Parts: sequence; C-alpha cells; structure tokens
Amino acid sequence: MFVHLSAFYSYRSLPFCRFFLQIEEEEGGDSFDIHISVSDPEKVGDGMNAYMAYKVTTKTSVALFRQRDFSVKRRFSDFLGLHSKLASKYLHIGYIVPPAPEKSIVGMTKVKVGKEDQSSNEFVERRRSALERYDEGQATAMLSSYKHLKLKLILLPRAVNTQALSSAGILRMVNKAAEAVNKMTIKMNESDAWFEEKQQHFENLDAQLRKLHASVECLVCHRKELSVNTAQFAKSAAMLGNSEDHTALSRALSQLAEVEEKIDQLHQDQANADFYLFSELLGDYVRLISAVKGVFDQRMKTWQKWQDSQMLLQKKREAEAKLQFTNKPDKLQQTKDEIKELEGRVQQGERDFEQISKTIRKEVSRFEKDRVKDFKMSIVKYLESLVQTQQQLIKYWEAFLPEAKAIS
Amino acid sequence: MLPEKLRSVSVDLNNDASLLIDIPDALCERDKVKFTVHTKTTLSSFQKPEFSVPRQHEDFIWLHDTLVETEDYAGLIIPPAPPKPDFESPREKMHKLGEGEATMTKEEYTKMKQELEAEYLAVFKKTVQVHEVFLQRLSSHPVLSKDRNFQIFLEYDQDLSVRRKNAKEMFGGFFKNMVKSADEVLIAGVKEVDDFFEQEKTFLLDYFSKIKEATAKAEKMTRSHKNIADDYIRLSATLNSLSAEESTNYYIIKFCLKLFQNFLRVCLKKVEGRVASDEELKLTELLRYYMRDIQAAKDLLYRRARALADYENSNKALDKARLKGKDVSQAEEHQKRCLQKFDTLSESGKKELTNFKARRVVAFRKNLVEMAELEVKHAKNNMTLLQGCIELLSGN
Repeated sequence: MFVHLSAFYSYRSLPFCRFFLQIEEEEGGDSFDIHISVSDPEKVGDGMNAYMAYKVTTKTSVALFRQRDFSVKRRFSDFLGLHSKLASKYLHIGYIVPPAPEKSIVGMTKVKVGKEDQSSNEFVERRRSALERYDEGQATAMLSSYKHLKLKLILLPRAVNTQALSSAGILRMVNKAAEAVNKMTIKMNESDAWFEEKQQHFENLDAQLRKLHASVECLVCHRKELSVNTAQFAKSAAMLGNSEDHTALSRALSQLAEVEEKIDQLHQDQANADFYLFSELLGDYVRLISAVKGVFDQRMKTWQKWQDSQMLLQKKREAEAKLQFTNKPDKLQQTKDEIKELEGRVQQGERDFEQISKTIRKEVSRFEKDRVKDFKMSIVKYLESLVQTQQQLIKYWEAFLPEAKAIS
Repeated sequence: MLPEKLRSVSVDLNNDASLLIDIPDALCERDKVKFTVHTKTTLSSFQKPEFSVPRQHEDFIWLHDTLVETEDYAGLIIPPAPPKPDFESPREKMHKLGEGEATMTKEEYTKMKQELEAEYLAVFKKTVQVHEVFLQRLSSHPVLSKDRNFQIFLEYDQDLSVRRKNAKEMFGGFFKNMVKSADEVLIAGVKEVDDFFEQEKTFLLDYFSKIKEATAKAEKMTRSHKNIADDYIRLSATLNSLSAEESTNYYIIKFCLKLFQNFLRVCLKKVEGRVASDEELKLTELLRYYMRDIQAAKDLLYRRARALADYENSNKALDKARLKGKDVSQAEEHQKRCLQKFDTLSESGKKELTNFKARRVVAFRKNLVEMAELEVKHAKNNMTLLQGCIELLSGN
C-alpha cells in the first residue's frame, strides 16, 4: 500500500500526518496526499487579550474531508489543545505523539503589547514555522468546526481500545500510579531485551542530540555576531574611504565597504538558515526523543498498574480466605465480587501491557524508518543553503577584484 | 629578490641586494620569543658578508627607541615598533583544554589540541612577520640603514641586554617626552606656513582616527570568523560521537552524520579557519600596521611642530635680547640653529610623507587584491566540497 506524502512550505516532513495516515493504512485506505501550510500571521485584538491568528491552508484528497482545498484561522492555543487531546488519547497506549511546539510567554507578551521590533517579528516567524512543522496532521483535525467529531471520525477505528482505557476510573488510577512511582524506582522485570536495548539507545541519542543542538545554537549566535561586526566594519571602511585622499584607493575602499555590507546580509541569511534548517531541526528531534522516552515510561506505568492490580487481587484472596472462617456472609459475598472484578482488571492489565508493548515496537520501527529519511533530507537542505552562500561570496569578491586592481 | 618573503604590509622591501635581512627561525620558550636575525650583505661596513644573531623582542624595542631619540632622524618617519608577541589567546585556550580534558572524549581532545597548535603557529608566524618587516623597513631606508645602532643590532653577537639597560638610564624622562604620542593640540595649534604640511596635517589627523576605528572593527570581524571556525570544530567532534552510536537501524543517519562531520572537519573548519586568518593577515594586519605607521608620521609632524615652536620662541628671545641689548649674538646663533633645524625637518619631512603615501597606496592595493583572490579561492573550495557532499547524500 502506497502512501504518498509531500510537504509544501515546510522545511521538514510531517510527523503527525504520517501518524494519522498510518491508522488509515491499517483500515485499508487508499493512497492520498495532503499538503498543509501555516502562513499569514495576523494580530487580532488589543492589549493583553490580543493573540496571533495563523492561516492554516490544506490541500488534500483524503476522503475523510469534505473539501479538497480549504483554510481556516487558528491560534496557537488551538494547536496546544489538539495536542493535549491526542496525547491523552494516544500516549498511554504507546503511540508516539509528537510534542507540542513550545510556548513562550515572554515572546507572546511582547507581541501582544505591540512591540513591532525585530525580536517579536522573529518570534512570530519562529512560531509560525514551528506550527507548520509540527502540525500538519493535527491541523487536519482542527480544520472543521466539528473539532471533536473530526477527531472521533479519524480515531474511529481505534475507538474500541481507547474507550476502555480512557474511562475515568482507569485514568485516575493511572495518574495515581504515575504520581506514586518515580520512573527511577520502577523496577520492572524486563523480560524483553529489545526494550532494554532501545531504551538505552534513545537515552544516548537524547544526550548527544542535546549536545549537538547546543553547539548549533552557539553557531547561530556567532554567525549573527559576525553579521553585526561585518556591518560595523563596512561602515568604518566607508568612512576610511571618504577620508582617503588618493582617489583610486578611496574608490576601492568604498567598494570594499559595499561588498562587506552585502556580505553582512549574507551572514544574516545564513544565520537564519542555520537556525531554521538546522538548529530547529535538532530541537524538534530532541523533543521528539523525549516523546519516545515518554512512551517507554507509559509502558512501565502500564506494567506497574498491572502489577498493582495483581497485588490487590492477592490481598483480596487472602482476605477472602480469612473471611471463610468468620460468620459474615455479606462481607464474604462482597469480597467475592471484588475478587471477580479484580481478576477482570488483572487480565485487562496484562492485555494492556502486551498491547502497549506491541504498539511501541511498531511505533519505534516506523519512527526509525521515517526519521532517518527525514533527517537526511533536512541535512541536504541545510547544505544547499551553505552552497548558496558560497556562490554569493564568489560573486561579490569577483566583482570587487577589478576595483582593487585598478588602484594605481 | 626573495618573492616568497614579501609580506603583507610593505612592498619593495628587501630588494636591495646590498643589505638583505630576514628572520628564518624563531624559538618560543614560555613567555619569551627568540628570533634568529639573519643578514646577508655586500657592504664593507660589516665585518662578515653573512651572519646570524639571536634577538629578543625587547632588543627590537631598544633599537626603535634609540632611533626615535636620535636628533638627526627627527625629520624621518621612524618605522613603528613591532608589537609584543601576544600568545594570550592560544594560551587561554590551552588552559581551557586542560580543564575540560576530563569531560571530553579522547578523539575530541586530540582534535582540539591539534587546532590549538595550529593557532599557536599562526600567532607565531604573525609575530615573526611583524618583526621582520620592521628590520626590512630600516634596511631599505637610505638614511636609517646606515645607522650605527642598527648595525650593532644586526651584528653584535653578544647579548644586547646590557646596552638596553644603559639606554634606559640615559634617556629616561627626555625619552618619554619625545616619544609620547603626538600632542595633537600642539600640532593643530601651530600656524602653518606651508600648504603641503597644512594639508598633510589635516589629512593625517583625520585618517588616523578613521583607520583606528576600521582596525578595531576589522579585529572584531576577524574574531567572529574565528569563533565560527571553533564552532565547526566542536560540531564536528559532537557529530563524530553521535555517528558512533551503534544501531544498525540508524545506519543511514549514521552515514549522513559521518559524511556531514567529515565535511565539516575537512572543509568548513579548515577553510573557515583559513578565511579567518587570511582575512586577518590581509586586512586587519594591514590596517593595524598602517595605523601605527600613521602614528609614526604624526610623530614626525609633532617634531616639526616643536621645531617650529622652538624657532618662534627663539625669535621672541632674539627680539627680547635686542631690546635689552644683552647676549644678542647668542640669541642670533640660537635662532639660526632653530631655523636650520626647522628647514631640515621640513625638507626631509616632505620627502618622507610623499614616500609614505606612495608606499601606503601600493600596500593597500596588494593586500586588497590578494584578499579578494583568497576569498574567491576559499569560497570555491567550500562549494566544491559541499556539492560533493550533497551528491553523496542525495544519491543514497
């Protein structure tokens, strides 16, 4: 079954889109494609109640959607809302839900208060591209006003399983278990070497990617510095050229100043490429790996839950045995009922654990396959940006050369 | 003529075969750099036709200062003294490297160490060049090359430190007065009779402040380039450990990363580093050198201004003497001497300043041309490597 996916306007591919389409795959869907872009940030409202609205445009042939081509306006918190919905539905059964784009209060406040300066424009641009990168599949779900309905429609095939798990009672118990047990103290009898190995592997990858990300952020910073310094030098060279009394040399110095000014712009553009193509890529991967680790954690919690149910069952059985010797028929019956329920729960716990283990295996191998291709494409794009910079440099300096030679 | 010895800041030096000087060798011991000054000459004033002596930076400074002090050279632009060798930056890095040794992998450590050694070498080359140029400026000057102290510097095979100490005692305060940076107020305040000097004065004062500014900004720019080269080093080291992650499922990522890392290591880091050092040599060093040279030219103007002031004072003294009717002949003598001094200074000053301009223009041309050519070369290198990398990655 062929799934064709193309990204338009986004620098990287679509983590979420594949997520949804994979579900379709299993239901025997046909080939389709979907293009999503996030654009036209627009400030709505005033003061502290203001927010940025983004236009989300979709072009798709997926049968689920009524139209082929449509766009809506959504704000940042809409994206977060979608993420939390999906996370609550999917995370604890083992699906890797890509993390939400980061919320930055400072950045947003600046925009609200209307500071139309460089950094807030940058912030809006960062957010726009983050939303686009993150969210193409999620945007799908939000596109109709029937948010929840759409979600349910898409999630329908899985409804049975999710239903059971998201019932309030179990959810509360999971949360309690999560609170009670620090992941460090969950001593799980890992019968499956695959999980142990993968977990270790992701830990290492996480550490390395973070380091890499930090190095690239440093590079971006320095490149921006270089751009500023080049601009300043250009100005001083121009002034020197003005002060020079030898005509040809004066001309050459002024030309030098112009070249350096152009190069400053080049550095700025390169810094942006460094950032958007490389740094953000790594940042996304770091967050993605955290999501993967989260999924492994969920598995442990599921296991813990199962174990807890088993222990409870054990205790109830012991209680039942004791009650046999006392004359409390109601109590005995109640205990028998509780035991029945707990047996059911234990069985369910075991099933859940096996299910989540299975899902994680699939998710991880899918992740590994897709991420790799993804990563390669992004590196190529980044390298291409570097090539462009070099080409421009050659052009500028070759234009300057005759000017320098003309000094006599 | 030794074309490979032509350095960035001055041209047409060392092409007079009667006195050829170079620094073929230098040793770095802790804080001290020992230069080997090698001379080849056909002049009879020297004892041997070819010889070498070891010299320290302080010896160069001594030579410079004695030249400045010499009255006879008041009308000349004394070549600026070479700056003290500055190993601060690589030394700091070495320190950091030592501290971070525990946290780095062995490969990272060796790599950084190599880079550090390269940087040490670059600083070293720079300081040798600057000292060499100083000597070559002297040897190519018609008057200064004949200076007795210069000969001693080149020839005397004993330690010069004794002479250095004597010199300091002799000149003391007077030294400070003369060598202190040109008092711009004095220069500006003097009523100029000569158009040429008037123009030169205005030009030099303005140009000096502009070139000082440009030098500072160029230094910042070069430092940024160096920072980026260092970032590439760090990136490539991290990518290296990342690609060492064994997981067969990630073999494509591993491949990408390995390639990317190699590219960074071979191309960007080296080339970027070279761009930074070439830029520094051709541009920043050029500006720095001429800033100092212009300072020396300003010093000449200062000396001339002082001579003019002295002459004007002597005139006043003569008038007073005539009025009082006492020591008139003495005052006349003094006044004549002052006038003579002033005239000599003006004459040689004019020659020096005209030569200076020509020299400056030629040096700028040479360096700007070379810098542009190098930039193009590096960018083309970068591009070829990058494109090769992209092809490999896309092909897979």
